[in-house]
This record gives sequence, structure tokens and C-alpha cells, in this order.
Amino acid sequence: MNIGKDLVAASATPLVLAILSEGESYGYAIIKRVDELSGGELKWTDGMLYPVLHRLERNGYVKATWGKSETGRRRKYYRITDRGSEELTRQRRQWQVVDATLRGTPFHSFMMVPLGV
Amino acid sequence: MTHGDGQMLEERIAEWRSYVRRREAIDPADVDELEDHLRSQVAALEEAGLAEDEAFLIAVKRIGALDTLSDEFAREYSERLWKRLVVAPATAEGSGEGRREALVALGLAVAAAVAIKIPALFGVTFDTSTAHAAGAANESFYIRNFSLLVLPFLAGFFAWKRKLAPSGRYWLAAPFVAAALVMNLIPFTMGGYTESLAAIHLPIALWLAAGFGYAAGAWHDHDRRMNYVRFSGEWFIYYALIALGGGVFIGFTVLLFSAIGLKVELLVNNWILPCGIAGAVIIGAWLVEAKQSVIENMAPVLTLLFTPLFTLLLLAFLVTMVVTGSAIAVDRKVLIGFDLLLVLVVGLILYAISARDNRAEPRFFDTLQLILVVCALLVDAVALWAIAARISEFGFSPNKVAALGENIVLLVNLAGSAVLYARFVAGKAPFAALERWQTAYLPVYAVWASVVVVIFPFVFRFQ
Repeated sequence: MNIGKDLVAASATPLVLAILSEGESYGYAIIKRVDELSGGELKWTDGMLYPVLHRLERNGYVKATWGKSETGRRRKYYRITDRGSEELTRQRRQWQVVDATLRGTPFHSFMMVPLGV
Repeated sequence: MTHGDGQMLEERIAEWRSYVRRREAIDPADVDELEDHLRSQVAALEEAGLAEDEAFLIAVKRIGALDTLSDEFAREYSERLWKRLVVAPATAEGSGEGRREALVALGLAVAAAVAIKIPALFGVTFDTSTAHAAGAANESFYIRNFSLLVLPFLAGFFAWKRKLAPSGRYWLAAPFVAAALVMNLIPFTMGGYTESLAAIHLPIALWLAAGFGYAAGAWHDHDRRMNYVRFSGEWFIYYALIALGGGVFIGFTVLLFSAIGLKVELLVNNWILPCGIAGAVIIGAWLVEAKQSVIENMAPVLTLLFTPLFTLLLLAFLVTMVVTGSAIAVDRKVLIGFDLLLVLVVGLILYAISARDNRAEPRFFDTLQLILVVCALLVDAVALWAIAARISEFGFSPNKVAALGENIVLLVNLAGSAVLYARFVAGKAPFAALERWQTAYLPVYAVWASVVVVIFPFVFRFQ
């Protein structure tokens, strides 16, 4: 299944926050975790994660620190902040609404959407 | 997947890094982060059984097209497209170097500011308002030595920055030592003509001498000379900007303290002004060095703006003179005025040349420059003729000889430029010939300035 670009972009923030809420992590590990959790369905262009992480950092949702990798290289680690946790809760709720709406909608009512909105 | 291949991977990663770093929106710390990602990915792929080069290719592909990535970063960091210069945050590499350079520059600027005030310890104050005899002597001391108290620190900055070898340092120091001796041993008449002429010309000679440090000793190298010309133009613009800021600062200093009834003019004149003037020389130089290749050079941009205007001005002036038949009224200031005009035209040419791709074909702008040079030559010829006709009435005072000498030095430069420009526009000579003529001419300015400093006092009996 190929998930559309817009949906990937929209889901990036809650996904990254959710993964970071499991504990401190870094770029490559986050991508691997997304891959794991989605069973390989959700494919990101790796590089695109970093602007997202930096935006989250700027908004104060995550905090970045430079540390060392197991081989001793410089590596940037990200940790979720309290603000980030709140944001995650908020976004989760929004996605649940979208999800619940989708589940509750019989197929034919999709035709109504342009009129209803 | 042997260890011998590791070298190739390192090379490829280095190549990739330099490729990514060319993107303005991605700063070095981001590149570090992306590199860590790349390496992790390569390691994981190798573990999965891929060969190193395959792993590298796939990892790079997964990071994504550089253009899109750079666009994403640019959207996130739009401010990065406004290139940051000095206030950039601490980045991974090079930051140590940059910070050290900032500290050295700051240290030298403070040293220059202190040097300006050191004579005060020996009772030579900057304050000339004291109406006793020492006031004039103090003023005279500062007039003669101001550039000597500041420019050695600039030379020192270059020597440090270019890691000049010890022998080079001696050569760099020599003109400054010689100048210090000349300025303080020659028995100038206090407040006399030769003294002020020497004071005006010494900075020119010393500035060019400092260029020896800038060129890391290779002063005969034409490219490095051109770089020093570029540096000087940018420095001038930075200095003017700093001076503008300094003026605002001083204005507020006076304003604030006068609001509580305190007069701080003495503080301003004795401390802020001289120390600021001295320190800003080094700070300006440091800024130019730091921003080199970061921002478009301003001097050529100004040249581009003003060349057409000055060409028009000179054309209009020539036509008006011919039509109305009015002769140039020769008074004392005229010669200096025309000298300044020639300096300006030489500057316009120099900075147009400095920014030009010397392999490009002749363009309209080159023709414009040629017209400008020819007009300047004509205007100056008219002025010189008017002056020559009446030079006997003036007599040969030091000021007039200096102004006349300058005029001839610049006239020769412009005449040579005109010939080379014409040959270039006609397609008979390469542009590089013109560039070489200008860079080869630089020492002439230094020699003439030195003549005014050293020879004039003796010729005119220190008057």
C-alpha cells in the first residue's frame, strides 16, 4: 500500500512524538521504529524526518542534545518535553476523531462529503 | 566488506558531505546529523549482507533527493537564506576556529583602542582644548602617529590569520618600524604643511604595507593583490557602517547623560571617539574576513550603480564647459577636488574589474567604463592645463606639489587603463591585461605616499 504524500506529512508529527514518548531516540532509530510499527507500510524519505524534528524542537515539543553513538560519533538525540506530551495527546484525540468518523461512515455517504463541507 | 574498503566509504561520505554543505539551507550541524543517519543506514544494510558501495548508494537514495531535502530545510529555516555571518550559533565543526578568530580580532581591537590611549599615560592627552602649549604638541603627536597606533594591529591580524612565517613577520614589521622612526625623528614644524601631508599619506603607505601580511608574504602575486583590493573596498564599506552605528551610539550617550544634567563631551572626545575609531579598523577587517564568500561584495554593486551616473555627470560637465566656454576657476581647492575625482574614477574601475569574470566578452558596461575613463582624462587634462598656466603665480608649496604629484600618478593609471580598455573593447587584448595593469600599479601608490612622508619634509625644510 502506498500512503499518499499529504497523509505522510500530516501524520509525521504525532508519529514522531509517539515514538519519542517511549524514550529518548535519534533520527535513524525513529525511522526504523516507524518502519517496525507500521509493518513496513509507512515509508518515509529518510531525510525529511530531520526538518520535522527541527520544527518540533523549535515549537518546544522536543528537546535535542548532542551525544555520542555507540561507535563514538556525534549523534543528536531527541527527548519529548511536557509540551510535546500535551501536543501528542491533543493530536491523538484529533486522529481518533478522524478515525471514528471514517469507521462510522458507510461507503455511499462519501458522495455527500463535498455537499456537507 | 573488508576493512580496506572503509577508506573508500570515508571518501564517499566526505564527498557527499561537501555536496550537501553547498546547500545554504542546511547548516553544518544538520549535515552532521544527516551523516550520522547515513552511516547508521549503511551499517544496517551491510549487516543485512550488502556490499559497502551498494549500501552507500541505497542509503544516500533513502535520504532523498538533495533538492527536495534542501527545500524542506529552507521552509523550516527561511532565515538561513539570509546568510548569517557572525552571530551564527555554535556549529559542529569550524566553530572553534571561528570563535578563536573572533576572540583574536576582539583582542586586537581592544589592543588598538588601548594603544591609542597609552600616550596619555605619559601626559600626551587627546584633549586639545587645554589652552597651554602642550595642547599643540599633543595634537601634533597624534596627527603624526595615529595610523601608527592602529594599523600595526591590522597587520598583526593578517599575520595571525595567514600564519605568516617568522621571516615574513620581520618583513611585515619593517615598514611600521621605519615609519615610526621617520614620523618621530624628522623635525617637523608643529602643525606645518609637511607634517599634515605626512600624516595623510602615511596611512596609505601603511595600508598597502599591511597588504603584505594579507597576501601571506606573496605580495608579487597579482591574484592576491586583487584580493587585497577587494578586501579594502569591503572594509571601507563596513567601516562606514560601523561609523554610522558609532555616531548613533555617541548621540545617545550625550543625550542620556545630558538628560540628568551631565556633560560627557570630554568622555566622548577623549575615550569613545578615539578608541572607537581605532578598534573599528580591526573589527571591520575581521568582519570582511569572516563574511568573505558568504555575502555578495558590496563595493562592486555600488560601482555598478554609480558608474553610469558619474559617466553622465562628466559628460554633462564637458559639454557644458564647451558650450558655455567657461574656464575652470583655479583656486586652491580645485586641484585637490580633481585629485579626488580621479581617485573616485580609479576606484570605480578597480572595483568593476575586481568583480568581473575576466574571461567574459566585452559588454556594454565595459564601453561605459571606457567612456568614463576618457571623460575623466579629458576633465583632468582641462584642469591641469588651467593649473599649469598659472602654476608660477602659485609657487611650489608642499601642498601643491603633493596634489600635482597625486594627479600625475592617477593620470598615468587612467591613461594606461584607457588604452587597455580600448584594446579590450576592440577585441585586441584580453581583459586580464587591464587587471594586471591595476594590480601592478598598486606599489606606485605606496611609493608615492612614502615619498610624500619621507622626502617632502626635507625638500620643503619641514615647513
